[in-house]
Amino acid sequence: MNTSTTVWRRILLAAAAPVAAVLLALVLSSLVLLVVGSDPLDAFGRMVRHALRLETMVDILNRATPLYISGIAAAVGFRMGLFNIGVEGQYLLAAIVAAHVGALVALPAFLHIPFIVLVAMTVGAAYSGFAGVLKVTRGINEVISTIMLNAIAVSGLVAFLINRWQSGGAVTGGVGRVGTEPIPSSGRIPDLNGFVELFTREITQGKRLTGVLVIAVLAGVVFHLLINRTRFGYDLRASGINPIAAQVGGIPPKRMIVMAMIISGAFAGLVGLTEIMHIGFFPANPIQGLGFTGIAVALLGRNRAVGAALAALLFAFLDVSSGVLQFSGAPREIVVIMQGIIILAAVIAYEVARRAREREEARTAAEALEVNETEEVVA
Amino acid sequence: MKRFGALPAYVRWPIYAFVAVFVLTVSQNLDGTDRLTSVTTAQSMLRWAVPILLAGLGGLYSERAGVVNIGLEGMMIVGTWMGAWGALKFGPWWGIVAALVGGALGGLLHAVATVSFGVDHIISGVAINILAPGLTRFLSSIVEIPGWSITQSPRVPGVGSATLPILAGGKIGGWTSPDLLGWIGRKDWFLVSDLADLAKGLVTRAPWVTIGALVFVPFTVWLLWRTRFGLRLRICGEYPAAGEVQGINVYKYKYIAVIISGALAGLGGAFIAGPELSGIYLEGQTQGRGFVGLAALIFGNWKPGGVMGASLLFGYPFGIGLRDLDGSASHALILVSAVGLGLVALSAFRRGRKADAGLALSLGALSVVWYLLSDSVESVWINIFPYVIVLLVLVFFAQRLRMPAADGEIYRRGEA
Repeated sequence: MNTSTTVWRRILLAAAAPVAAVLLALVLSSLVLLVVGSDPLDAFGRMVRHALRLETMVDILNRATPLYISGIAAAVGFRMGLFNIGVEGQYLLAAIVAAHVGALVALPAFLHIPFIVLVAMTVGAAYSGFAGVLKVTRGINEVISTIMLNAIAVSGLVAFLINRWQSGGAVTGGVGRVGTEPIPSSGRIPDLNGFVELFTREITQGKRLTGVLVIAVLAGVVFHLLINRTRFGYDLRASGINPIAAQVGGIPPKRMIVMAMIISGAFAGLVGLTEIMHIGFFPANPIQGLGFTGIAVALLGRNRAVGAALAALLFAFLDVSSGVLQFSGAPREIVVIMQGIIILAAVIAYEVARRAREREEARTAAEALEVNETEEVVA
Repeated sequence: MKRFGALPAYVRWPIYAFVAVFVLTVSQNLDGTDRLTSVTTAQSMLRWAVPILLAGLGGLYSERAGVVNIGLEGMMIVGTWMGAWGALKFGPWWGIVAALVGGALGGLLHAVATVSFGVDHIISGVAINILAPGLTRFLSSIVEIPGWSITQSPRVPGVGSATLPILAGGKIGGWTSPDLLGWIGRKDWFLVSDLADLAKGLVTRAPWVTIGALVFVPFTVWLLWRTRFGLRLRICGEYPAAGEVQGINVYKYKYIAVIISGALAGLGGAFIAGPELSGIYLEGQTQGRGFVGLAALIFGNWKPGGVMGASLLFGYPFGIGLRDLDGSASHALILVSAVGLGLVALSAFRRGRKADAGLALSLGALSVVWYLLSDSVESVWINIFPYVIVLLVLVFFAQRLRMPAADGEIYRRGEA
């Protein structure tokens, strides 16, 4: 049997789906651009030229960092067949508690930063773990419970805490600050400008490359190793592929569900770090929606560490380059449409590819069987 | 004595409603407020309940045909935009039509992804929820209606309302109808007047969409449980393979169900953007009501009457919170929850579920402590009240709910 061709076909099938999705999104967006009377080639050209500037790259990485962490958080659940829709509530709650507690304590930097990170992870894990506990003890579907917990966190707990912890609009750096007490500099992760400038020219326009990028990369590595190189990860994937077989194989399903939700929530807790580390406090109207976009990132990246990174970069690129679209006469909102089309096209393409792969496997298996049978007859 | 649960639904539901009003009346008398059972309370409860009801009914059609639809929220968002646009561009009734069509297109997209391509239902729903706000924002950026900004529309005209004559007053031509319920309500008879006030609120200046939504509940019962179409639709949600063997085109019924589902969610959106609730399209104004509708579906045990009861229950605290500037009426609601938890504890104890009874009792005790230690409730807690109720209900009753057997499963033709 020619195994190398099979391997190649599989790689091609795996890559074909996301490429097809992006191409489809490009075609559909071009149509939309034509409808609103702008030249697609010109628009895309501007977006790419804009993205090649150093400052834009910093913006893209800053935007991609929380998206990536959020995607990893969602991916942990997805790999086990759990839908943690609650990343949104988990990260906002974690961020406000971490910002407040981080501002209260005075510690040297090497303790202060890990302390804040740990608080954020703990809060996220606890809130997410609650949904896991509800699932295993009371049989409540995690999709419903995390949606409810999202609403409770966003319009209840966070709104309540921000009223409680808000310290009146002191001014920092000429900008009115409405939010929690600022975290002392010992608790803030320094930006990476100095490091990047070793290789490039100076970063201008006051752009700062977030230091949380390091945490995001670490999160990706930890996720990859945890899922693919540990017993726990094996159990997790097994439970995701076939829960009954996993249970028969001695994997405790209830413990796995709670653990997966806790780990997912711990990653989710890190999502808000970018914002609180960048501005130094939790603002009264924080960036929302990162949790939901994270789900999209995980889906597009097929719940893999590298895939999610590419997906996060693509989404961040679209977000950041929306501004230049208006120079070619297109509304900037078109990028949100592109993101939506990419997700829908991707999930459909993955499903089609999965079926094609299954058929392929069935065919190879049948062929192998036929070969064996003919050999037996000859013998 | 016959077990209470064995009584028919048309006996049980009025009893539930009666007990609920009784609890409310007692609580408000203890608390010294009259807002828990006033006419305006009933009206705002209904106003908040209708979008939840429409989303819930939308979920019902879809899930009865076996397709989980968490894209309801997104379809509702499309409905708010289309409703406002249609009403401003062509007139109020066209707003309703546009919202129905917009929601239905969202449903069609969900059906294409889940039924034809077999994508996971939750994943497709999440994708639609991400796509919808982007789409409306984009449409807002290209729409050419004066006064329409990127996040909000000018005032949206509505299709009007009706008042039930004889019972709730109003005028027909030159004739002033008597206001029977209002008369009883003013008498301040314990419980009777409270019931009359609540009833009057439901039939006074009821928007046509509300009436339509309420009529749709018994219609759905008839359509899904008394017609051939309904039986076929439901078999797609229970045992699609059996349906296929009988020659039913399972895909077709799933498509129809999901499209109806989207249209209903879209109508709910039109209600939110229309003068029935806001009178203006505003970005993000659905505030997760599609999700609450889904919760109402579950709480209502995938039955139309149950969905309606759940919608009214979830609409109630929203309606209270809206006018409750000093937080006193909301304060009385804590007492109501405590009583409710006490009843849950009692029923759990009678069924021999000691752990449940203990949990309900301790949560109820906590509510009583909260009630006694405070004078008013901050508005943020009112915002989350429905979601907390959903969680509590699920905590105590999740095991007793029964969803369609093949709900959420991916069904492929010919694999039977």
